Amino acid sequence: MLRLKKLVKTYKTGDQALKSIDLDVPKGQVLALIGPSGAGKSTMIRCINRLVEPTSGEILLDDVDLSKLGSGALRKARREMGMIFQEYALVERLTVMENVLSGRLGYVGFWRSFLRKYPQSDVDEAFRLLDRVGLLHMADKRADELSGGQRQRVGICRALIQNPKLLLVDEPTASLDPKTSRQIMRLITELCQERGLAAIINIHDVALAQMFVPRVVGLRFGEIVYDGLPTGLTPDKLTEIYGEEDWEATIEKVDDEDEIEAAE
Amino acid sequence: MPVLERNGGHEWRRRTTGESLIRWFGWLIGVAVFVVCWQRISEATTWFFVWDAPRIADDIWSRATPPRWEYITQLGRPIWDTINIATLGTIIALFLAVPVSFLAARNTTPSALFIRPIALLIIVSTRSINSLIWALLLIAIIGPGVFAGVIAIAIRSIGFCAKLLYEAIEEIDQSQVEAITATGASRWQVMAYGIVPQIMPAFAGIAVFRWDINIRESTVLGLVGAGGIGLQLSASLNVLAWPQVSLILLVILAAVVISEWVSAKVRGAII
Amino acid sequence: MSHRELDDMLGTKWRKPRFVPNPYLRWTLTVGFIAYLIAAYMTIDVNWARVYEGLDRGAQFVLAFTKPDFVSRAGDIWSGLLESVVMTVAASVVGILISIPIGLGAARNIAPMPIYLICRGIVAISRALQEIIVAILLVAIFGFGPLAGFLTLSFATIGFLSKLLAEDIESMDKVQAEAIRASGARWMQWINYGVQPQVMPRLVGLSMYRIDINFRESAILGLVGAGGIGATLNTAFDRYEYDTAAAILLLIIGIVMALEYLSGIIRARVQ
Repeated sequence: MLRLKKLVKTYKTGDQALKSIDLDVPKGQVLALIGPSGAGKSTMIRCINRLVEPTSGEILLDDVDLSKLGSGALRKARREMGMIFQEYALVERLTVMENVLSGRLGYVGFWRSFLRKYPQSDVDEAFRLLDRVGLLHMADKRADELSGGQRQRVGICRALIQNPKLLLVDEPTASLDPKTSRQIMRLITELCQERGLAAIINIHDVALAQMFVPRVVGLRFGEIVYDGLPTGLTPDKLTEIYGEEDWEATIEKVDDEDEIEAAE
Repeated sequence: MPVLERNGGHEWRRRTTGESLIRWFGWLIGVAVFVVCWQRISEATTWFFVWDAPRIADDIWSRATPPRWEYITQLGRPIWDTINIATLGTIIALFLAVPVSFLAARNTTPSALFIRPIALLIIVSTRSINSLIWALLLIAIIGPGVFAGVIAIAIRSIGFCAKLLYEAIEEIDQSQVEAITATGASRWQVMAYGIVPQIMPAFAGIAVFRWDINIRESTVLGLVGAGGIGLQLSASLNVLAWPQVSLILLVILAAVVISEWVSAKVRGAII
Repeated sequence: MSHRELDDMLGTKWRKPRFVPNPYLRWTLTVGFIAYLIAAYMTIDVNWARVYEGLDRGAQFVLAFTKPDFVSRAGDIWSGLLESVVMTVAASVVGILISIPIGLGAARNIAPMPIYLICRGIVAISRALQEIIVAILLVAIFGFGPLAGFLTLSFATIGFLSKLLAEDIESMDKVQAEAIRASGARWMQWINYGVQPQVMPRLVGLSMYRIDINFRESAILGLVGAGGIGATLNTAFDRYEYDTAAAILLLIIGIVMALEYLSGIIRARVQ
């Protein structure tokens, strides 16, 4: 469904963030993108919906090359891709409900959105989503009154109300505590399953990635150095992605934590 | 840094000899400039009047007290005019300052090369010139009256409000804007959802702050004929009616204190 | 909001929560505000015919900016501008020097109560009285000329700088100051080592800003006879010599911009 062909991003400073990336994401597949800071994970995700303009290469979403779209067509294409951010990126002075409904901005006209007169179907969908993530009673609270985990749930609702085919998830758990991180990851993967969504989850916590996703892609210096099952991430492979370190503890920890989770 | 070797031992000083010389020289020039300035002022002053000043001050004081309280009945309309000049001027200025500030902020300007310099020029030129001068100019153009005062206050406030507002726009959290963009929102929707909510508190604060300043400024606009209580002040001064002058000054003082109190309250409520 | 079940909420309308939740209060405020605007507009009494006539002169004035006349009144412009600069320099030096001790005295965390009250009183009086009103009184006392302007600006500088300096001292890092006090320093040493380094950058920045304001204000003091470029400007407007007025305004804008640029450099260096 999503296919990247020879995707290159070179910043004005001359830094090559992405060096000819080829990647194929079939419908409904959730994959995790791992790699050290500065490997180009965030750049890659932002290149897909062109928050960052790629330098060259093709981004094919259902055979439409996103990299060649004009601004109007690009907005239509962005509706198909929901994005979830590291620091939640909610508009803090708007209410939870307004934040969720802002996911429909690509579908409603300016004055309708300005006057907050969304179609009833959008409002109902927003209620359903908020209920699904357990925040229905918070609908009229302002976003800055929420805790980190609650904010990320609102961020997830905002992405899902777009009715996307693909979720782009940028470090969803980086600002959360371990327990909330798991809850959020579980919620994202569950929702993807329910709705048959593909997702690219950019994450630096290898253990968390191994726990929830069926496919892991490792990025180093803008190149794909690993693409396969989470169980295939041996210490050697991790060394190749992240550099020299004692990896045994990380991998063992995964098993331990699984047991703890199971015991809960 | 400067640890000098001297007499076989180390000596610490705050500055090297060269640095101290430069500093000393700088102070010398500063003092010289001040002395020259003072001499020019002194030349242009009739010192006889200055030595006589305490007596004159005493004389004015005895004439001005007590204030002519019953004159306050004639001040109702001028006070109403003064408040209108400040309020309407602020409202007009805000309407004009918003587009200017969006054109001037680096992250929202449509063209950093052509439009931004024009917006900045508007800001600098309206800000550098005092509202009294704008009033003088407008009176020459459209005649004396409250309307000239309103427009003078409005023009003077555009630059002030637009400057503070565009600084606020440049400081917004870009990730919120990015998130709205990622939903497929149009340019105007990004502005309405991603930027406007973030600058709303700054906008309200600026509006009230400027209104407070404008109350002060509009009390004196009448001196040049632009309406408000300043007209009465000017008229009373011209006929040396000191008891009226002192009453008007008291009223102005009260207006300033009240407007400062109101603006502090409102800002406290917003933030 | 009470906990409602999803089924209850589906199909119900959603509205953004109102800024003022009470509907009666909301309507009273809205209606009151609109009524005020209408009343204010009605009492302004714009003479539209006069305004329409004035548009021509307005256009002339705008055109004058394209061909400002620096030459025909060069002597007046030069002496007026020089007097403005001289007043600005002298008043800024004196004002800053006086405002430092008063600012120290007005900071609650370092000054004893009686001194604090006296200094705050001085600040309050200076801030409440406007430059132009002070200038009128001082001209009445000391006679026409730059001395009145110089005193006015010094007085205004004290109110402005002392207040901001005091606020800065009140919000400084206590630990640093305590560390110096713990070393057994005297009061002056404590100020010199514990307080001064913390507030110096901001003091320099604010002083530069105040010099900028003083210059702008010096341009209007001439209107009431307190010296500076304002008198020349007023004459130019009275004679409808827009090209000369434009030249003066351009000079003022130019000098203000140069001062802002300079203060930007200096502030960047001291930080």
